[in-house]
Amino acid sequence: MSGGVDSSVAAALLHEAGHEVVGATMKLWGGPSDSGCCSAADVRDARSVADRIGVDHHVFNFTEEFSAAVVAPYVADHAAGRTPNPCVECNRHLKFSALLDRADRLGFDAIATGHHARVEHSGGRWSLRRGADVAKDQSYVLSVLTAAELARVLLPVGDLTKAEVRSLAASRGLVTAAKPDSQDVCFVAARSSAPGGGGGRAAFLGSRIALHPGRVVDATSGDELGSVEAVELVTIGQRRGLPGGATARRYVVGVDVAERSVLVGEPDLLLCDEVTLGSRTWIGDELPVGTACMVQASAHGRPVPASLTATGVRFGERARRVAPGQLVACYRGDEVVGSGVAC
Amino acid sequence: MHVHQVGEEPSGVVDGPAAYLDHAATTPMRPEAVEAMLPFFGDTFGNPSGAHGPSRTARRALDAARGELADVLGCEAGEVVFTSGGTEADNLAILGTVAGRPGTVLVSAVEHRAVLAPARAVHAYLVPVNRHGVVETGALAALAAAARSLGSPVTLVSVMLVNSETGVVQPVEALPAVLEADAPGALLHCDAVQALPWLDVASLAAGCDLVSVSAHKFGGPKGAGALVVRGRAASVVRPVLRGGPQEAELRPGTQNVAGAVAMATAARITAAERAATVRRVTMLRDRLADGLVEATGALEPAPRALRVAGSCHLRFPGVVAEELLLLADAQGVAASTGSACASGAREPSHVLTAMGWSGAEARESVRFSLGATTTVAEVDHASRVVADAVEHLRAQ
Repeated sequence: MSGGVDSSVAAALLHEAGHEVVGATMKLWGGPSDSGCCSAADVRDARSVADRIGVDHHVFNFTEEFSAAVVAPYVADHAAGRTPNPCVECNRHLKFSALLDRADRLGFDAIATGHHARVEHSGGRWSLRRGADVAKDQSYVLSVLTAAELARVLLPVGDLTKAEVRSLAASRGLVTAAKPDSQDVCFVAARSSAPGGGGGRAAFLGSRIALHPGRVVDATSGDELGSVEAVELVTIGQRRGLPGGATARRYVVGVDVAERSVLVGEPDLLLCDEVTLGSRTWIGDELPVGTACMVQASAHGRPVPASLTATGVRFGERARRVAPGQLVACYRGDEVVGSGVAC
Repeated sequence: MHVHQVGEEPSGVVDGPAAYLDHAATTPMRPEAVEAMLPFFGDTFGNPSGAHGPSRTARRALDAARGELADVLGCEAGEVVFTSGGTEADNLAILGTVAGRPGTVLVSAVEHRAVLAPARAVHAYLVPVNRHGVVETGALAALAAAARSLGSPVTLVSVMLVNSETGVVQPVEALPAVLEADAPGALLHCDAVQALPWLDVASLAAGCDLVSVSAHKFGGPKGAGALVVRGRAASVVRPVLRGGPQEAELRPGTQNVAGAVAMATAARITAAERAATVRRVTMLRDRLADGLVEATGALEPAPRALRVAGSCHLRFPGVVAEELLLLADAQGVAASTGSACASGAREPSHVLTAMGWSGAEARESVRFSLGATTTVAEVDHASRVVADAVEHLRAQ
């Protein structure tokens, strides 16, 4: 129970269905942060919802695991010029690993979360499908799960739209009914609007690794166009924050941290034929090379046709490059078949 | 083996035996203390600061309580400053002393956060502890000498009498001699919050200028505490809260008369029964610790001889304390890890870290703390439940 409306309603629905439910909030981050799943205010909301529903509630301290499995790789990825997705790694290593293991040891049959996606079991096979609310679908960030994990996971709000979730929360008098969705990375404090107020990704990373200014170079002409403050914060495909104004449609097409340079160019320079994937996972059996699927490279990105290769996926038509570190989820219809992290 | 699972019982309701083994967190109130405070929720409601009849009645009760508590703490009645609890007493000792006499402040690394947090606010230095969690008096003397040679002599030293997590007794008696050479003028504060049920605070803290106590740790109510301010401290300490002239102008605000009276009652009975309580609880603690060490191979962070009778602090290698405590709770066994953050999550203990433990080791440790009301049945139930839970968790 993150203290948000989705997990609140998930808990209520399971309790009403007769399950023996115990609320758990994961304390993941010890540092300052004002968003996401770690603040005392969110824990208070989760506890209040648990009280209202009539179930026990516990706070579990997973700060060490989170720091090692999510924050450290996040920082290291940025230092290497990659674009990590910490929410995915948190699902992979914390929620559906450390928490699931703990639930096992404590004698629980399953864990439930408020993710908008659907777990199904038919013909002896576990599958993960998109949530009923297309706009809120979170199957992408769950695409790192395996069938063995899905067998112990319940996603009670996956069949509901967000509006239905809010209305169920309101009708049950849950304090989270109108709470805004969490945004951004939970362990990075929002940037203060006050001058010199700190916060934000640059401040977070800047206090952990050296950030270096980078030259911005035109990929076609080789001309130096200006500079960026921190090459470690630049992402492939990025358009904002580049020097040279809005005279041309220019995108980041290459980042080289070692050379401290950023290549920019026309959008068609971003197009590529395939993407190599590391940390590949399959929900069921590994599918053969050549299998056709749809691939999605961001939480709410547009799926594009592709086929599986020995090392990743090949796009049906040239598609926009995926920044290294980003997760690529593979679907057949609305069913997730697996995922990998772009190299 | 059947391990009762979390969630099989509705919240807080346990069928069958239960064991409350978290007396270091708080104690059940002594019936005499409850009885003593009741009149102040009825007819005896006066404000002790006034001049009329109802005020004088309240004033008499407050003065009597002050005298009673002073007897237990070995000070004069006029040296007792009633506060809202241990945290406020500690804050008044640290911040009030620094306000009156700025200088270098030294506090032990294993103090309760009620001392550590105000100490950090005044840029105090931490005095290390040895592997058993005992303050290194040699390091304290060296820090005092260094501060003096740097021209910023030590003006305040704060060392607790009993550690809240490990139950280890600190060499408070020895501190005046340790500081004599390089910080003879330093005020000495002792957070005795955990000590009163087990030790003769009056004699052990006799050399301290400032002594904090908290009622709910010895059968009194929550929200009542006191700071002894005596001798040379009286002319140094300044109030932290600003307001009226109550409590020798050190702690403004209308006194919690009911709380003070109940605290004094609980303190008097605790002191009178202390020797017998310590004898009995030592046996119970040994029964619990021996049983669990035998059954689970649990480790003790410090020899029992260094610790108070109520302290049973154990590390269960290979077991996450957070999980063990949940399983134990489901069977009615209440214990803790000793430290929690704002969200209620259990935190790796700064005390164990200061003793040289790794975060992983610290997360395997549980604080069982016994008290005056602990029974053999509680100890035996806890011993059985915890041994079973440890076995269950290790088997996973």
